[in-house]
This record gives sequence, structure tokens and C-alpha cells, in this order.
Amino acid sequence: MNVLVVLIPVSLILGGLGLLGFVWTMRASQYDDAEGDRNRILDPRWDDRPRKR
Amino acid sequence: MTAACPACAGAMPDIAPPPDAAADIVLHLPDIHCAACIASVETALSGLPGVREARVNLSRRQVRVAGAGLAPSTLIDRLAAAGHRAQELDTGLLAGQGAEMRGLLMRTGVAGFAMMNVMLLSVAVWSGAADETERLFHLISAAIALPAVAFSARPFFASALGALRGGRLNMDVPISLAILLAALVSLIGALQGADRASWFDAALALTFFLLIGRTLDHAGRSAARSAAAELAALAVPQAVLLQGDTRRVVRAETLKPGDTIALVAGDRLPADGIVTEGQSDIDRSALTGESAPFAVAPGGEVAAGEINLSGPLTVRVVRAGRDTALSRLADLVAVAETQRTRFASLADRAARAYAPLVHLLGAAAFAGWWAATGDVWRAVDVAIAVLVITCPCALGLAVPAVSVVATGRLFRRGLLVKSRTAMERLAQVDSVAFDKTGTLTTGQARLTGTPPDAALALAAALARRSAHPYSRAIVAAAGARGLVLPALDAVAERPGLGIEARRDGRTVRLGRPAWLGAAGEGVALDAGGDAPTLFAFSEDIRPDAAEAVAALKAQGLSVALLSGDGAAACARVAAALCIDEVQSAMTPEGKADWIRAQGAQGRRVLMAGDGLNDAGALSLAHASVAPASALDAARSAADVVILSGRLAQIPELLSVSRHGVGRMRQNILLSVAYNLVAVPVALAGLATPFLAALAMSLSSVTVSLNSLRSLK
Repeated sequence: MNVLVVLIPVSLILGGLGLLGFVWTMRASQYDDAEGDRNRILDPRWDDRPRKR
Repeated sequence: MTAACPACAGAMPDIAPPPDAAADIVLHLPDIHCAACIASVETALSGLPGVREARVNLSRRQVRVAGAGLAPSTLIDRLAAAGHRAQELDTGLLAGQGAEMRGLLMRTGVAGFAMMNVMLLSVAVWSGAADETERLFHLISAAIALPAVAFSARPFFASALGALRGGRLNMDVPISLAILLAALVSLIGALQGADRASWFDAALALTFFLLIGRTLDHAGRSAARSAAAELAALAVPQAVLLQGDTRRVVRAETLKPGDTIALVAGDRLPADGIVTEGQSDIDRSALTGESAPFAVAPGGEVAAGEINLSGPLTVRVVRAGRDTALSRLADLVAVAETQRTRFASLADRAARAYAPLVHLLGAAAFAGWWAATGDVWRAVDVAIAVLVITCPCALGLAVPAVSVVATGRLFRRGLLVKSRTAMERLAQVDSVAFDKTGTLTTGQARLTGTPPDAALALAAALARRSAHPYSRAIVAAAGARGLVLPALDAVAERPGLGIEARRDGRTVRLGRPAWLGAAGEGVALDAGGDAPTLFAFSEDIRPDAAEAVAALKAQGLSVALLSGDGAAACARVAAALCIDEVQSAMTPEGKADWIRAQGAQGRRVLMAGDGLNDAGALSLAHASVAPASALDAARSAADVVILSGRLAQIPELLSVSRHGVGRMRQNILLSVAYNLVAVPVALAGLATPFLAALAMSLSSVTVSLNSLRSLK
């Protein structure tokens, strides 16, 4: 059962990372314009180099 | 770690606005629809000096422009050059729109991640972890579940508390009870180390599934509501205030009685008042439904909401803001709104029947098992199983899932469904009442009869200078015949009378028949020679109005016409559209009373109207629609806004609503069927947390899939 000492924290950390990722996508406004994001993939403007920030 | 995150997510405000939000300009782009449009708008705007970033939001048909020293007009001109229509939006009115949606998404996400982690631990327990391991797992589950539930289930707790304070039961009461009991009893079990089932995963799964339902419900209407809010944000009423010799543009609500305001042709009156200078024609159709313009001179009374058509006017304000005739109409709407909120939606009625039943069953299970076994904890366990299993996950999804699919489909066709219960009310409609001016007709005049080419060409040459609806009708008729307009000199508008000019040394005049010494309605033309030529006008009926009325009658609905206009004008339109029931010369209150009387007879009326005089009737009717060209008050009173203004979409709207409500009923039956199987199992004490989780997920998935089947 000693393996649990490693596995439980690992599982909790992974779950926590997932949640953090979700919070990050929320804060980056990734759910605000689903229709626009669906269309932006067809946008050829930034194909050669990424957009300058 | 997982336990700490919901707390910090809770402490964070729901996404702070960017620091320079005040400097941002938001433009409404009604026509954009594809990737090429996004690229062209963003490229066009980024090229302008001072623009830091231009970002298009295609879902909302908006572009947000960040930068320093920007003027909306230059942005709009730049977009027009690139081929896009754009209008400025009042950012103040749009603020705080996304916040609620983000909050719900965040809660759903937190509940989902917490559920996954706890489920993982539960699987270990179900597959045989025992003794210390099981206790440890229960304690870890508690550490994850309690903060997650406290954060995610807050909307349910708040709504349940509100209902209990009001002495009512709603669906959120058994939901909150089940979540709280499951979490608390499992916590006690975990702390005591008792060998009992743990319900943490059930509490979280319940929260998660119900939040999905709630998020869907919100998302379904948010697009439509934000579009409706945009329509309102487009028209910020302003007034030109005269103070001595200076003119200042102020917001209409800041006007006070005694102020003097200036109006040019085409302005909408911002307040009630008396004309002190100038002569003009006033379009009262929005307030009264009368299609013919009305002449005013100094001393004449004008009211907010009317449109000044021909000449400049100076008006002394008598009543402003809340006291105007316009606002009294708005009050009529507000009163009606409170009456409508009494409508019980399908979900409410299901909840009203369901909530007491769930409580009774839970209490009965507890009492029965306690009496039979004498073991309190065993009895509590069974009662929780009953509460959790009967808890309406599927029922919570049954209605919103369908309404998301149906309103989404209607939204793509240009129908904005604003109210939560609109679909159910639309499905019950058994008669339709139309307003005439602006709804069945386009609100524009059309020339009738066949005047000679020469007279028409001369009249059009004169009329070109005027914004009066009759003038525009004459110009349109001349354009349709392809006439060459003669040249004129010294054209001058005589406000309130007509237009005068010189042609080949003779004075020619176009205007009111009385001004030219003729008798009759419409407009007369004095070509400088013999007797004046009379032009007559009628209203332009919307091209698809007849089709819409026929389709509604084919669906078995009765159709009526309610108008503030005179009997003759109404009879003409009714005859053209085969409408049998006609009510003419109605006041706004008259329309509202008519609707109320129909309601008292048990009829469910769909009101379609666009004017302020319709607003009361729109909000009293069982359901209501307004075209996008309608005034704010009418649009905000209506349940559904038709963006295209095509009346032929009304029959389609009704049939989609009927099918949608049918699907909701199916879903409710499905979830009740699941309960019929699961409740006896739970009452018998055979339900384990594992079975509860299975039943909950299966029924929710079944209901969601049933909603996604295409609606006929």
C-alpha cells in the first residue's frame, strides 16, 4: 500500500493542473466567441509567422 | 491542491475588464459572417493611426477597438470603405453581459474536475479498498468535495433560500437538500471512520449535471439577449438644448420642463412640449398608429416618440423624462410584465408537483427504515439514496437542453427569443393579432393611381428635396417609371406646407392640397398653369404579409387586425390580406383592453406590433413578436424580435415552438420513467452510491441526446 503515498498526490496534482488549465482558459476569454474561433482557423493572415503582440 | 483552487477561483472577481476598457470603442457589424470578414475588418482597422488592437467577436457581430485618441466616425468611415456597415454601440449599456455566463462556466468546471477526482477515489472504494485505505480515501474525498460543493452549488443554495423565504418550494429546494445532506452525512461518516457508504461523488455529480443544465439554459438566451441589448444600445436618445445662443447636445433624460430644444427634420422628439417656432409635419404612427402625417405650427402640442418630418422646430419642453406620454406607456408595459411573470413554465409545474413528492418519499424512507431497523445511520443512508436518485438531474436538463437547440435554430434564422418561457407560451397560442402601421405594412406610403408622366416628373423633381414620406413615395414612383426629372431653380421648402420652385419663369408648387387651393387628401401639384394635379397615397403592405396570414389560418389560428388608424385604411389592408376581424381607431389602452378581454375569454393571443402604442398590448398578450424595425419599447416588451422583419417567419416560429415543447414533454416523461425504476430500488435500501451515479449519468445523457435529435 506504500505506493499510495506516491499515487494519491500524483492524481490530485494532475487533477489540480487540469483545473488550473481550465481556469486559465476562462481568464483568457477562450469561451467568448466560439463562432469566431471556428472561423479564424481559416484566416490566412498569420500562416507564415505568428501575430506580433 | 484541488481543494484550494475553488476557493481562490471564488475569491477572484469574474474576470476583471481590461484596465483601459473606458477607451475602447465597440462597433456593431450587422453583416459580418465569415473568416474573410474577420480578416478584412481587423486589417482595415489595424491600419488606422492610434489603433492598438482591433478584435472581432463573430458570435456577437462586434468589433472592439483599443487605442488612444480614436473617434468612432473615422473607424466607421474606414469600415465603410472596406465594405462593412458599422454602428457605434453604447459600451455602458453593454457592460456586465458576459459575467454571469463566465461565473456559471467556472462553477461547472470546478464541479466537473472535483467530480472526476472524487470518482477516481470512489472507484477504488467500490472495487474493494477497505479499512484504513477506505477511511483515507473518504477523508481526501471530503477535502475535495466540500469546498467544491460550497463554491459550485451556490446558485442552487441561493435560489432555494429565496424560495423558502418566500414560503414556496421550487426544484432547487430538494436539490440543495440532497447535495447538503449527502455531503454532510458523508463527512460525519468519514470523520467517525464508520463503515458506511460515502456520497461525495453523488453530491458532486448532482451539482455538475445540474450546472450543465443551467449553463445551457443561460447560453441559449444570452446570444439573443445581447443582440436585443445591442438594438437598445444603438439608439441613445439625445436632444439639442438651446441656452440663449448656444446649442448643446444633451442626453434626453436630463431635459427639464421649461427647457427649449431644437429639432431638425428627421429627429425623434425627446420630450413632450409645445412648438414655439417653425412649421412642420409630425409622424405620430409610433404613438397612435395613424399612417398620415400631421401638421403642426407654433402653439401645437407634440409628444415624445413622434418624428419631425419636414421643417426645423423649436419646442418648449412641458414634460420630460418619466412624465412624458411615452413613459406612461412604458409604465403600462411594466404593469403587464409583472402579470406575465405569473406564467408557470413546464419546468416550474413539474417542479411544483415533484418537490413535495421527493421530500415525502425521503422522509418516508427515513421513518420507515428507522422504525424497521432502529439504526438511525442506516435510515439516513436510505433517505439520502432516495433524495439523490429522485433528484432531478435529467429533469433539470429536460427543458433547457431543448430550448437551447430550438432557440439556437431560431437565432440562426434571425429570430431572437428573449424570454425563458416564450417558447412554451408560443406553443399555446390560438389566435394572432397584428398591428397595422409598421407591422403588416412597411410604414411607408406608396403612390396610387396613374398620374401623367409630365406631372409625376415635375412632382418628383420638387419632392427630391424633402424627407416627407409622401415626397419619398413620389420620387420612388418616378424612379420606377424611369422618368427624367426636369431642372428647377430657387427651390425652397415651406415648412408644414410644401415645396416651391421656379421653372421656366413660372412658380411651381407641391404640397398640401389646401395650400394650393385644392380639396382632398394626399398631395397636390401646381404646375403653374391649369388646375392642380392631386396625388393619392396608400400604405405599402409588406410583401410577405398575405403569405404569413394565410399560413397562420392554415394552422387553424384566427387572425385579427388592431390599429389606431382610421376605419377606411384598416379595411383596405384587411381586405387585401383576408383578415376578418378588424378593430380600428384604437388607443394604446384600447389595444391592451382588447387583449385582456380575449384573455378573459380563455383565448391565447399572439400580438405582433412595432409601435409604442402596441407596447402595452405586446406585454399583456400571451406571447408577442416585434420586427427589428420596431421602437425600443415595443422590442423590449416583445418575447421574440424578428431581425429580418419577415412576417412569414411567424408561422415557422409557432411550429418550431410547438415541436420544441413536445420534445420537452418527452424528456420529462423519460426522466420520470427513470425514477419509476430507480425509486423502488432506493426505497428498498438496495441503492449504492455506485448505482446512483450510474442512474444519474444515464438518464442525463439520454435526455440530452433526445434533445439533440433534430426538431421538425
